[in-house]
Amino acid sequence: MGASKSSGGTAVAASTLDPESQRWLRELRSGGETQTAAVASLHALLLRAARFEVARRRATLPHLRGGDFDDIALEAADDALVSVLARLDDFRGASRFTTWVYKFAILEAAVKLRRRAWQGREIPLEPETWSLFATEGATPGEEVERTELLAAVQDGIATALTPHQRRVLVALAVNGVPIDVLADRLGKNRGALYKTLHDARRKLRGHLAASGLTLTVEEGR
Amino acid sequence: MTERSELEQALARVLGPSGPELSCDECFAKLDRYVELEVAGADADAAVPGFRAHLEGCPACREEHESLLELVRGEPS
Repeated sequence: MGASKSSGGTAVAASTLDPESQRWLRELRSGGETQTAAVASLHALLLRAARFEVARRRATLPHLRGGDFDDIALEAADDALVSVLARLDDFRGASRFTTWVYKFAILEAAVKLRRRAWQGREIPLEPETWSLFATEGATPGEEVERTELLAAVQDGIATALTPHQRRVLVALAVNGVPIDVLADRLGKNRGALYKTLHDARRKLRGHLAASGLTLTVEEGR
Repeated sequence: MTERSELEQALARVLGPSGPELSCDECFAKLDRYVELEVAGADADAAVPGFRAHLEGCPACREEHESLLELVRGEPS
C-alpha cells in the first residue's frame, strides 16, 4: 500500500497555516533554485524520519546488515518524497508541515521493513496457535470459562465467516501476519483488508452474543 | 494500563475494538493531528473519535502511531 494512502481533504488557505508550514509550501511550489533547495531539504527531513523508524525496528530484523537498513531508509525517503510532493494540496494545516511529512516516511519505512521481515516466509492461514493460550495459567473455574469461550470463538470462525473473512482474520489476528504483507500476497490494499477484518470481527462478536456469551475483554490503551 | 492475560490479549486481537473505529486511511489522514494533540497534552481522543479504537484493532497503524509520537516528542517545539 504505502504511497497509495490518501491524506484526504483539499488545499487550505495559506493564512490558516503556521509561518514555517507556509514557508515550506511556498518554497516547494516556487520553481527554480529555491524549489530545488526546498525539495532537497524535504528529502533530508524524510530520510531522518525513515532512519528513525528503521532504527526502532532494527532488532526485529537480525538477518539484515547495516547497508540493508541504509538502503531501506533511503528507498523509504525517496518514496515518501514522491508521495508528499503529489499531495501538497492535501496538507490542511492540522499539524505542522514537518509532522505531516514525517508520517509518510514512517509509513514507507514501516511497510518495507515488515515486508523484509516476512520475505520468503510462508503465511499461516489456519488457526494453529489457539492451543498456545487456551488454558495456560488458568484456575479450574477459569479454565471451564475459557474453554467455553474459545470453543465459541473457534466455532464462530468456522461457521459464521466467509472463507475470505476467515483467511484474513486467522492470518492477521491469530497468526500475526502484518497487514501489508498479507495485502501483498492477496493482491489487496491495506484498507480493503482491514475492512474485511472489521466485518469478520463484527460477525464473530454477533455469533458470540447469539451464543449468550458475555465479552469481558478490557479495552486497553 | 492493566496487565492483560494472554487469553485476553488473544481475544482482543481476534475480536477487535467494540466501539466505532476509523479505517486505516482515515487513521493515516488524522495521524499527524492526533500526535500533535497528544504531545501538546490535549484530549486527542475527544478531538479525533474512533482513532484510539482503530489503534486497538490495527497493529500496523498502532506501530506507525508509536513511531511518529516518539519522533515528534523528540523534536524541539
